[in-house]
Parts: sequence; C-alpha cells; structure tokens
Amino acid sequence: MSPGGDRVRLEARVAEKSFRTASGQSAPVIADLSFALEEGETGALIGPSGCGKSTLLRILAGLDRNFEGSVHIPTHGRVGMVFQEPRLLPWRSVEDNVRLAAPDASEAEVAALFAALGLSEHRTHFPGELSIGLARRAALARAFAVRPTLLLLDEPFVSLDAPLARQLQRDLARLVESRSMITVLVTHDVDEAIALADRIYVLSARPAHVVGEIRVKSSRAAMSADEAKAVAARIEALREAG
Amino acid sequence: MTTRLLSLVALVCLWQIAAHFANPRLLPGPMAVLTTMRSEAASGALFAALGVTLARVAAAFLLAMAAGSAIGYAMGRNALFDRAADPWVIVLLNLPALVIIVLAYIWVGLNEAAAIGAVALNKLPVTVVTIREGVRALDARLDEMARVFGFSPLKRLAHVVAPQLAPYFAAATRAGLSLVWKIVLVVELMGRPNGVGFEINTAFQLFDVPLLLAYALPFTAIMLIIETLAVQPFERHVSRWRPRAA
Repeated sequence: MSPGGDRVRLEARVAEKSFRTASGQSAPVIADLSFALEEGETGALIGPSGCGKSTLLRILAGLDRNFEGSVHIPTHGRVGMVFQEPRLLPWRSVEDNVRLAAPDASEAEVAALFAALGLSEHRTHFPGELSIGLARRAALARAFAVRPTLLLLDEPFVSLDAPLARQLQRDLARLVESRSMITVLVTHDVDEAIALADRIYVLSARPAHVVGEIRVKSSRAAMSADEAKAVAARIEALREAG
Repeated sequence: MTTRLLSLVALVCLWQIAAHFANPRLLPGPMAVLTTMRSEAASGALFAALGVTLARVAAAFLLAMAAGSAIGYAMGRNALFDRAADPWVIVLLNLPALVIIVLAYIWVGLNEAAAIGAVALNKLPVTVVTIREGVRALDARLDEMARVFGFSPLKRLAHVVAPQLAPYFAAATRAGLSLVWKIVLVVELMGRPNGVGFEINTAFQLFDVPLLLAYALPFTAIMLIIETLAVQPFERHVSRWRPRAA
C-alpha cells in the first residue's frame, strides 16, 4: 500500500533503465529517478530532448517492463495516453477510434468530448482527412473517453504552431480540471508545463534523474504573468544546475 | 473500361482472321468453338466439369489461404520460428508443381485428397511469404496504442492487425487464385476422372481443338469474372480509408 493510505497515488521509482547500443554496450537512460503524484494532480516532467522522458512514460504505461525499480499505479485504473504522434487507426473513423478505446463511454459523454474539443463535425472522417491539429484533438478525445485514472501525455502539442498549441493547452487544462485523475505530462516547453502542472519535475540530461521539484500554485488560471515568469526562472536555474 | 472491351473485341477479330488462313483442325474459328460449347452445354457435360473443377479450386484455395496465413503470421511474429521454417518455405517455393503433384499421387494415391492437397501445397509457400511480409510491416506504434488502451486480442486482430494485413491478403488472394486454377487443371489431367482438366486431356487424345477451347475458355472467363467481381472490389473496400488524390 502507498503511505498515503487509501488516497490514489502514483509512485514511480526507476533505479536504472538502460538500452543496449548497436555495439553491444549498455547505455543508461534513467538513473535514480523517482516522483509521486496524488489524485487530481498533474505532474510535468521537463527536460532536454533525448533525456529519457518518453522512455519513462512508456514505463508508466506498462509498455516497457525491462527496468530496475518499481511503479505503483492506481489499482483497477484505466490508462489514457496521448502519444507524440496521434496514433489513430487510419482505417477507422474518428468516432470509431474513440469508441474502440472506450466501449463503455455513453453517447452523451462522447458527444460532450467532441464538442469540447471542436471535433463534432469530424466524427465520421478518417484520420487521413484531418489536419495534424485535429488528429491530436482526436487522440486527446480518445484518452479522455476511457475515463482514465492515469492520463499520460507525451509532448501532445509538439510540432503544432504556437497559437494552436495554446488553444489546445487551454482545452486540455479545462478537461484536466474537470476530472479527478492523475496526469503525467512530458514536455520540453516550460510555458506548457507551467500552464498545466501542479508539480514540475525538472530532469537532467542522460541518464535522467530529478534535479528539482517545483510546486505551482493550484489556481493556475489566476497566476499573474510575473508569477509565471518567476516559476520559469526557477526552472531555468534548475536546468542550468542540472 | 471501353478500352478493355475494344481490346478484347480486337483479340477475337484477330482470332477469326487467323482461323481463316489456318487449318481448321488446328485452329477453329470462334463460331466453331461456340457451336461445340453449345452442344457440350446442352448435354450438361460442360457444367458438370466446370462445377467439379471450381469446387476443387475453392477447396485448394481456402486450404492454402488458411494454412498459409496462419504460418505466415506466426513466422512474421516469431523470429525463432521464422528461422526454423524459412528453409522449408524456400524448398517448397522452388519445388516444381509437377513434382509435388506426382509425389502426392504416388504417396497418397489417386484420390481427391491427394489432388486438392497437392494444389494447396503448391500455393501455400506463396501465401506464407506474402502474409509474412505484411506481418513484418505491421506498425509497432499502433500495437502499443492497443496495449495501453487494453484492446482484447480479438479487437486487436479485427481493428489493428487485419486492416494492415488486408492489402497483403488481397495480393495473396489474387496471385493465389490464378496459380491455383492453372495447377488444378494439371492435377485433373494427370489423375482425376472428371473436371475441365480431364476433358482437356480427352480433347488432346482426340486432337480435338474445338473441344479443348470449348472447355478452357468458359473456365478462364469464370476465373476472370470472379477476380473482377469479388477480388478487386474486396481490395477497393479494404483500402477505402486511404485519402484519394483529388
């Protein structure tokens, strides 16, 4: 049991995770990395690209069990995940993609999600007919439709232009606020981390470990620009140090 | 479509012209073949032969597709099985059809099981190789997505794996069908007392070219119709999600 008693908690402790290189050597990707999140919290993992953030997310998702350490995820939990690429089934419509992942979702729920993400007109479209922004929205809708207790987001807005990314961040923030789940967001974008997270974990370069944790005020929406700047400055300082 | 039709008409005209100059015993004209066809149809012999041969084509085809898909899938998924079974596939792929047929008749006997088995065995390695290629090309990222979202094995097969394999399955179907119907005639010619292949053998013994064509052409036409009306629409259906160029 987690020390928090009956509270739902995510506890991750990765002592070591290595990959074999082509020459047969073992390259450590993650070393002594641990963090924990409570129900309803959003944690952002921020770090340089190639530092092992996505590897960590794959471990949390249960896709990679070949590591030393332990991951305690909410029991009986459903996992919703948004990958770096939308990873929709190209041969199924947007609606079918969502319903295949979430067969228990009611029509009202699905309709509300599509409305919230601006996808109502695209239900019957195939993913190949969508712009990348819309495809990312569809991937978000799929992750939310499963009513996850653990939501994993792997740079969900990478490669989108800035205004669209901000818009999607706002949509995502609204959806995250409306649910009581644990969200883990992997990003290299400081503003994105500040906009969405309750706790920000700054990671070092390879092998990744946590160099610092920053708590963001719970009412993110009310945060002033100066406060946001102060948080960004602290993140920068930690990154320099790491 | 019109071009294809015109091309076909041109072929028949060419045949008519060639027949005009050739010995009618060696190359009868289209009308002579049609007359023979009509009399064979009237006696019921033509339909009986076509029915028997089509049943053999269907049985051998389904057998080879089912077994070949299963083996190809397993080889694509499991590297050890792939290495172990690959030499067998290569041997089978390069064994002449005639050798397989003769051995099947010698070992199993001159019966239906040997005939259908020999045809299926000829087609099997082609299916294995095609499906294995498709399995190797499966998108691992979609596999991960299905695992994270807890797709059941059946759901994964129907919605993630099968749509990716469908083009390969369609290719195996098309290549397989044309291979099977050609080999079935050889099997019938060598060791069966009925079917189109047997009738062609009879025509050969009698040097009766109109009889030979009266059986060969309707059979070829039926296989072409199956390909156009069943295989091609299936291919179009499974690739309907691909965005078409405007």
